[in-house]
Amino acid sequence: MPDSSTATGLHTGAHNPALLHHFAEPEQQRDAASLGMWVFLATEVMFFGGLFCAYLVYRRWYFQDFAAASKTINMGYGATNTAVLICSSLTVVLAVWAAQTARRTLLITSLILTMILGLAFLGIKGIEYREKFVEHHVPGPSFSFEKVPIPGHPDQYANPRHAQIFFSLYFVMTGLHALHMIIGLGIFLWLLGMAWKGRFTPEWHTPVEIGGLYWHFVDIVWIYLFPLLYLIDRHP
Amino acid sequence: MSAHSSAATSSPLKGYFAVWIALLVGTGLTVYAATLDLAPYNAAVALGIATIKATLVALFFMHVWHAGEKLIKVVVISALFFLLLLLGLTMTDYAARLWS
Repeated sequence: MPDSSTATGLHTGAHNPALLHHFAEPEQQRDAASLGMWVFLATEVMFFGGLFCAYLVYRRWYFQDFAAASKTINMGYGATNTAVLICSSLTVVLAVWAAQTARRTLLITSLILTMILGLAFLGIKGIEYREKFVEHHVPGPSFSFEKVPIPGHPDQYANPRHAQIFFSLYFVMTGLHALHMIIGLGIFLWLLGMAWKGRFTPEWHTPVEIGGLYWHFVDIVWIYLFPLLYLIDRHP
Repeated sequence: MSAHSSAATSSPLKGYFAVWIALLVGTGLTVYAATLDLAPYNAAVALGIATIKATLVALFFMHVWHAGEKLIKVVVISALFFLLLLLGLTMTDYAARLWS
């Protein structure tokens, strides 16, 4: 009777416990997972691309109103948040490297630092949104953008209806980006739990790599959002 | 396996920190360039720096440069191609509408 002693025998020969049955080797398994993530990111490029396209069309039509509206956003918050996200991308690559090289403490520290930086980003974003509510720059019935001069033309005022389109795009684009950050934080919380339990090994740490790809993508979106929304026509 | 992974990961840390510094410098440059009056080139400079930063993140942080699987590069390039198709064709349309 072939019993449990031979059941393990079925898998002797070259079976890596981290390798799923339908893959030939760990390399192939990793590449398949990364490729799947990249295909998802390609759909995300299209998703954000539509918004960037709408932004470009309206910016071209209402450039001066967009410039006036952009000038009312606090550039310091945007620049700080850019730096915060860039630092979080560094901690993410460190986490991936730590997982590859079996450094558990560095992995856990990097994941926690990434989450702290992600929360800092959202906190700064929240302060910025609050200011927009206080200033009545949130699109809707209480929106107000009266007598705001156009940069370079102090005698002309921006059209509030056109400025409202800028703020609609601002809130949709940064809001969608912030939603991605929140999802990213959820993913990293889960990664932290897995890392804490010691699930990741140099052979298998696919979730860290794939979660990292997602985080970097969200960083890249912000790299474009920052100059497009905050820096349209800033020079004095 | 071990030979392979040690070759792939022989301390990439220096590179990671160099990219990180470059990204921070790029952010500073973007902010500085925005305060200059470059007439029609302000947007081009800002987007140029952003594209360099995004490329650095993709190539080195997202490991496209060292990707073993060539299909990943195909996916990245096709995503960019269709994004440029969307933005490029839309903007040539609007740029050519003399009546609007």
